[in-house]
Amino acid sequence: MSDLICDNLCMTFTNPQTGGAVEALKDVSFTLKEGELLSVLGPSGCGKTTLLNMVAGFINPTGGSVALGDKTIEGPGVERGMVFQQGALFEWLPVTKNVDFGLRMKKMDEDEAEALVLKWLDIVGLQGFGDTPTYQLSGGMQQRVALARCLVNDPDVILMDEPLGALDALTREKMQSLILELWKETGKTIMIITHSVEEALLLGERLFVMAPRPGRIHKEYKLPFAELGLSESLREIKKLPDFNSVREEILTMIWDMEEEIMGGA
Amino acid sequence: MLDFLSQERALIAAFIIFALFISLGVSIYVGVKQSALRAKDEVFGDPERTKGGWYWALCGISALLLIWFYFSWGIGRAYFPDAGNEMCQSAKIDEAISPITAALPMKSRYYKSTTLVVRNVEQLADIEARLPVDAFSTAEQRRLLTVIDQTRTIISAFSNPENQNPESFASLERIAVDLDRVTAQINAGYQGMQPSAKALSQPKWGVAEEEIPLLPMTAKGVLFDLAAGEIKEISKAFLKLRNKSDEADQLIIQTKADIAGLKEAIRQSTGDDRIDKLRAAYVKSVERIYKRVDDGTIFPADALNTVNASVTQLYQAVESAKGSLSFVETVFFPGQGVVKSKTICSEQGPGRWLPKPTDVVATFGKLANPDIESGGGYKGTTLLWWKWLPVADVVAFLIPDGLVDMLPGDYARHQSDGSFVPNYKDKLLAVAQGNIWLGSIPMLDGHIWDSLFRVIVAMGFGILLGVPLGIYMGVSRFFKSFFDPLIELYRPVPPLAWAPLILTIFGIQDDGKIFLLFMVAFAIMVISARTGASGTQLSKIRASHSLGATDRQILRYVILPNAMPEILTGIRIAIGVCWGTLVAAEMLAGTTGVGFIENVARTVSDYELIWVTILIMGVLGLIFDLVMRWVISKTIPWRGKG
Repeated sequence: MSDLICDNLCMTFTNPQTGGAVEALKDVSFTLKEGELLSVLGPSGCGKTTLLNMVAGFINPTGGSVALGDKTIEGPGVERGMVFQQGALFEWLPVTKNVDFGLRMKKMDEDEAEALVLKWLDIVGLQGFGDTPTYQLSGGMQQRVALARCLVNDPDVILMDEPLGALDALTREKMQSLILELWKETGKTIMIITHSVEEALLLGERLFVMAPRPGRIHKEYKLPFAELGLSESLREIKKLPDFNSVREEILTMIWDMEEEIMGGA
Repeated sequence: MLDFLSQERALIAAFIIFALFISLGVSIYVGVKQSALRAKDEVFGDPERTKGGWYWALCGISALLLIWFYFSWGIGRAYFPDAGNEMCQSAKIDEAISPITAALPMKSRYYKSTTLVVRNVEQLADIEARLPVDAFSTAEQRRLLTVIDQTRTIISAFSNPENQNPESFASLERIAVDLDRVTAQINAGYQGMQPSAKALSQPKWGVAEEEIPLLPMTAKGVLFDLAAGEIKEISKAFLKLRNKSDEADQLIIQTKADIAGLKEAIRQSTGDDRIDKLRAAYVKSVERIYKRVDDGTIFPADALNTVNASVTQLYQAVESAKGSLSFVETVFFPGQGVVKSKTICSEQGPGRWLPKPTDVVATFGKLANPDIESGGGYKGTTLLWWKWLPVADVVAFLIPDGLVDMLPGDYARHQSDGSFVPNYKDKLLAVAQGNIWLGSIPMLDGHIWDSLFRVIVAMGFGILLGVPLGIYMGVSRFFKSFFDPLIELYRPVPPLAWAPLILTIFGIQDDGKIFLLFMVAFAIMVISARTGASGTQLSKIRASHSLGATDRQILRYVILPNAMPEILTGIRIAIGVCWGTLVAAEMLAGTTGVGFIENVARTVSDYELIWVTILIMGVLGLIFDLVMRWVISKTIPWRGKG
């Protein structure tokens, strides 16, 4: 049992020059069960990336704790895989060397590693691209490499920080399908940060809408669209009246938050 | 073969220049045609418009070489190989007549007498105004003023044509007549004149140590040479000429006595040291002006008219005798022409400091000849060759003697029977000092290799020590803060500013120069490695943490490769700076290296050698850069694409 448990997470950033403190997150608590798909949405500055970084272990919370199963998170670990917006690939290495990076770091047997890499390249649709330098790949393919690089390590949780933010609409839709497929096939816990409402609806069994000042979970949804997306085309789902009404509701919510920030500023 | 090429360099140059003109013409023709053809290809400002264009490159190179040929007198020498010798003969006339022309307004605007009068009258007025009244008694002051006044009168006496006595008048006339005779000779032309066999056997222009052959090799030259010989005698007579005038002679005797009296007076001390010195100095300065005018070098303004006219005629005669040579000289030999001084004729102006391309090639060929016995190389070292290097020398270089000293035990002593049995320490010491035969390996040798070797070794140390430090400075607060002030303080100091210090500490051998270059390379490598390391994208670092890499693995597999573009760019810059510093350092001290050659060439004004070294440095610098660019494009193709 390795649920992701956030308990009263607080994060206060102190400006060393002015001494002023900003509450990026305040009392965030939730439990993400194994195999759940969570998308996090919110206006800029609501602390969604901070939340992800704390779960990944890149920064330590100033209050509260994160735990995966019964292990409190104190730093980055191989059981929590990361996918970044720009891929964060190692451009000096070809595709296979990027994918097997984690395996090489833990000195896995080379043949074993090669088989794993081939398997995952196949799954993400990059068969035959093993020796291509990553800088020659398109943005969508780079993200596929990043996914494979993350999955080959067999993490318990996959954390994605606006993974499809830099892609064009068509590629984006393909990648959304791919993420859903991977979720289904691997049964991994996935947490996706996004700023696209549609994407959040499609890629979230659960959806947190966060609010800023201080960063907190404003509203939580439980949505059927991710499950639906496994069998139906995403474009059809987007046409459903339910989908549209939730989308409008969330858009209005975020719009109001933005208005409030602008008014308050 | 080489000798033949060297002898016929003027002819070869003629062909090359012809080819250059053709290639210039052709390239301009092609270029203009292409420009018209491609005018509408791209909009103005599109970088595509800079692509290609070999014809303009050819045009530029041809133009540059032609300009070089022209200003170095290469074109002149190629097509008028005798002009130099003839210019030398006419320069002989210039040299011979220079004592006379110096007195005339031809070269210096004023008659020498006019200049003398103006200057001395000015100085007399000045000295009169500065008479120190407290240092001299009233009587003495009066005597001093008299002397000053008399000196002035001497000047005016010499300047007055009525005082000029017939004897000096006649001598001046004689000079004029003699000059006219030479003029007539020159006007008579050079028909039938023959250069001597000795003259014809002289080495060609630019081939021997002596630039321009001295003896006349053409009929025209023989005429000038003869004229110059006669003029020389006339000049000698002219120099002995003095303005004789009874009027002035009277005054001179009088003034001389007055000055003697004054000198007598100041010999008696006034008791005040300062006053004594003042008196002596003033009388001395009065006497100095008197001595300038008492020798009769001032003539009345019109006295030299006839000589002036004769010299003018002589020059006209020389000009017309030169004929086409005048035109050739003006057009093809830019600068101050040929000047004859003492025993040699030399090129003046760009022809002097800009050697002809063919001569540069010939000098390079001599330098590059690896056979030192036959005059190749420079100062006993080849330019770039190879030799057998004893392995023991390399071992001795790597193992310091002190290391053997630190081993346990003592060195052996001599035995009671006077023999010496070396123990293990003695044997090791022999290895450390290179006193043992370990075979030899082929090794590059020569001035260029010595320079390269210094740069390579210094770069090696710079990279080996600088890159790790730079990387650590990019990732560690301690390393950054601890070393930053040190490096930032020594880095901005121009490397050569360290040179005197380092040469004192390490000596003038390789170690000093290598250390100097190491300092340069080290700072650049540290800074570039640091920039590269600290510029690693945070997301890449985070990704590698999440992929389970340890700190050490991140350093080796993420930060180091990520810093490679900066490190390689750093190496490229460091090599360039090292190269520049090295040549300058070799100019300060040392016995080998490219900079050493230039330094010696500088002291003996060997302009050809100076240009050869400049070109060697330029080409080697270019090669370094091209190699580094190639290495960069091969090793980091991802540069700027991450």
